[in-house]
Amino acid sequence: MLVAGIKSRPLYPGFAPDRHCREHVFAIDGEGAQAVLDLFAAHGAQLSGRMTIVFADAAAGKSEYAARLDQLPVDVVHRMPTLGTAMQRLRAVLKASRMGTRIYAAGSETLIGLTVQIAQELGMDPQSVMTEHRGTLARRVQCVHCKGFTDNARTNIIQCAHCHANLLVRDHYSRRLAAFQGVCVDAEAPGELPEIVEIFK
Amino acid sequence: MTHVEIPVRVARIEMVADRIKSVRLMRTDGLPLPAFSAGSHVLVHLRAGSRTIKNPYSLAGPLHDTSWYEIAVLKAENSRGGSRFVHEQLHEGAQITISPPVSLFSLDLRARKHLLIAGGIGITPIMSMAAQLSELGAPFELHYCTRTHASGAYLDALKEAYGSRLHHYESARARRIDIERLLPQQPLGTHLYICGPQAMIEDVMRQARDAGWPTQHLHAEHFAAPSGGHPFDVKLLKSGRTIHVKEDESILQSLEDAGLTPPYLCRGGACGQCETSVASCDGSILHFDHYLSDEEKQAGNKIMICVSRLKGSRITLDL
Amino acid sequence: MNREFKKETFRDDYTFFNSPHSIRRFPFPFWEDKYMYSVNIEPHTKGPAGSVYEFPIDINEHYVAEMEDRAIVLKEDPLRCQALPHMMLAQWDFLELLMTSMARDYPQWFSLTAEGSRWHWINRPLGIDQKFTFGDVGTLPCEPMEFIGRQCQGDFSLQDQRDGQLWMDAGIVTTQADWSLDFDVGMNFMEWHGPVPLAHDMRVFDRALKFLLNLQIGQPARRLNWTMTVNPRLDTSPENYTKWGADRATVTPENVGDKVHLRVELQALWRLPRSNAVLFSIRGYLIKMSELVTVPKWGRRMHRVLKSLPQELVDYKGITRYRDTTIEWLSKYDDGLPTSPGGAPD
Repeated sequence: MLVAGIKSRPLYPGFAPDRHCREHVFAIDGEGAQAVLDLFAAHGAQLSGRMTIVFADAAAGKSEYAARLDQLPVDVVHRMPTLGTAMQRLRAVLKASRMGTRIYAAGSETLIGLTVQIAQELGMDPQSVMTEHRGTLARRVQCVHCKGFTDNARTNIIQCAHCHANLLVRDHYSRRLAAFQGVCVDAEAPGELPEIVEIFK
Repeated sequence: MTHVEIPVRVARIEMVADRIKSVRLMRTDGLPLPAFSAGSHVLVHLRAGSRTIKNPYSLAGPLHDTSWYEIAVLKAENSRGGSRFVHEQLHEGAQITISPPVSLFSLDLRARKHLLIAGGIGITPIMSMAAQLSELGAPFELHYCTRTHASGAYLDALKEAYGSRLHHYESARARRIDIERLLPQQPLGTHLYICGPQAMIEDVMRQARDAGWPTQHLHAEHFAAPSGGHPFDVKLLKSGRTIHVKEDESILQSLEDAGLTPPYLCRGGACGQCETSVASCDGSILHFDHYLSDEEKQAGNKIMICVSRLKGSRITLDL
Repeated sequence: MNREFKKETFRDDYTFFNSPHSIRRFPFPFWEDKYMYSVNIEPHTKGPAGSVYEFPIDINEHYVAEMEDRAIVLKEDPLRCQALPHMMLAQWDFLELLMTSMARDYPQWFSLTAEGSRWHWINRPLGIDQKFTFGDVGTLPCEPMEFIGRQCQGDFSLQDQRDGQLWMDAGIVTTQADWSLDFDVGMNFMEWHGPVPLAHDMRVFDRALKFLLNLQIGQPARRLNWTMTVNPRLDTSPENYTKWGADRATVTPENVGDKVHLRVELQALWRLPRSNAVLFSIRGYLIKMSELVTVPKWGRRMHRVLKSLPQELVDYKGITRYRDTTIEWLSKYDDGLPTSPGGAPD
């Protein structure tokens, strides 16, 4: 019998323009692109210096976002086919960056988590990354038993993509792993599952 | 909390620069002193006549041989007694007590690089940080600003130890640190640490924030030397007693002289332990600390009694 | 002291049991007939001779068996021991604290000699004889935290102090009451306590954190925590939940005395000198109900505490399935007489 309603959950305060930084690096996926567009529309004049966008574009350029991002007054838009390749590109961009660079992450929780991971890898405090959640609430889940990651969890109970255990998707979140915790829900009474509900849309 | 006192003797005192004396302390029982974290300080208890002055001094070293501690004391212009006592009265062989090390200014070892900046006597915690970083093999630069060469304590030893990682600036020869140029050069993941005169710290921190450095990457040794000021009275709400705070003593010191034992830790306005509620005052509180927020300072119902004072004649504290 | 170390298991056939000496010194955590959270922190000072509080690090008759169980856990799951790269200095602080404590307080089993940074450590019960250079990882067979952690009872976490918070950036954790080091490494105090019900609303954690941030060298603190376990299983990790979870449904009125265990954690906290980190030790003690009721006061009180425990705590501590059966069994040992305050036996 596992307890639900747990407190540890990340907060994503949303974008605000950073007038002090001379370099701005945006990491986005899906509807996170709209967060960038909104920021430029409202505060574009306050942003100065070098600006780079790394866009994990699963729609391969066919969404409205690609064209609109290309029109922004930024130095370069890296449009990458997957989250993984986008993170590689982000790492390469940041490795050459200096202090005075602001990192922004917008879109799915998974993209935000992975961006913060890379920022930490490069010695930046996670709180310095500006984050805004847009779009799906679907979660990346680490199975505490086999340590495998299962993406796009939309229901409270999922099946681990690796060991097939029935997992309760908890609110307990690890910034380091950029994932929520999944714990076997029927260990005490195998096969007895609570009602499965779609809650992370 | 309990305040532990370690009995030590002054093993050596020597001038190491203009107006700066280094003092070497060893335990009277011959045992090693506690190992400490780079950037730590100790409270040194000096008996000056009927008073006991407890002043914080950063540990300049050594990190690895804890048979002794070294502190360096600048003879301050408007000393309330501590530095004057050290320079004029403290002698080799004197037996005093110190607190165990307290760490309020420390390294963030997640950093990809450490930028250390010291102004004048601020070199003391900074040099222990450099020693620790050097020992760990972590990348760092040490920028040391002094008025003249002769006023820079440990300058030659630092040059020898750190070579090109040390940058020295003599303001008397118009060579000043160019913070504006230095800041944008640092790789992502650099942390900045500064200890020195208040104005220097404020200037550097402001420039760093203006250059887009996040606050988590900026660290300052905020030691307000408790400054003197006009005398005033402190009324204690609970006991009804009134205690007079002299011009060269802090509220904390005055209360201790009167036999009270309010909580404290750093005695430098940084740690929050001595926060006391203000019931009322006539006049305004002079907040010399770095602990209360701007809103709290404005609201005027809290005071850090180790460094702050009253501009007025009487303040009533909830003690 | 000429006590033998017991050969016993904490898994499979579960041969663990306590000698009468261990029962008497068990850190019974209930000071009154009901339980609620509090910031029950006190100075970790020298306690009565023979008690679990006598020395800062307690080594008892279960030492060798517990270390063997730890070795099994680590072999199967190396992620139970992790340290983020910036914690190396804290690891050395940790090694120094444990070695000096164990050698000073149990000289018949451990010895430490140091010439400058050349150290020589001997652990007779485990047959370890190690010379190494303090501060040089290459001179030890593995990192310092793992090296000494494998030789000391209890779980340990090393917490980095930054930004007005504590961050669990390293740990060796093989006897946990249902939390994952691998998942929690890198979290701050509030985050890793996220799952605990009720305590947040009571601001227990705010006050505890404030206290810990001001912990000073040489002034460690301690508190007790408790839960219950079916079978004397030390490794009740979430990782292995599928192995032990089902045990909760195997308690019957006949086997409560043997299967149901009170599990108490003596938690101690030290400020570490060079790294300024906080060391958090979680030293687990197990006692089965049939051993517990040999102390009449404990039999009465355990019954009353379980009866009055709030449902959120019952669920969080995983007791739900066997609570009623256990209360029923304990009721035989509760004659309604008053119990004295404090946890010690009468």
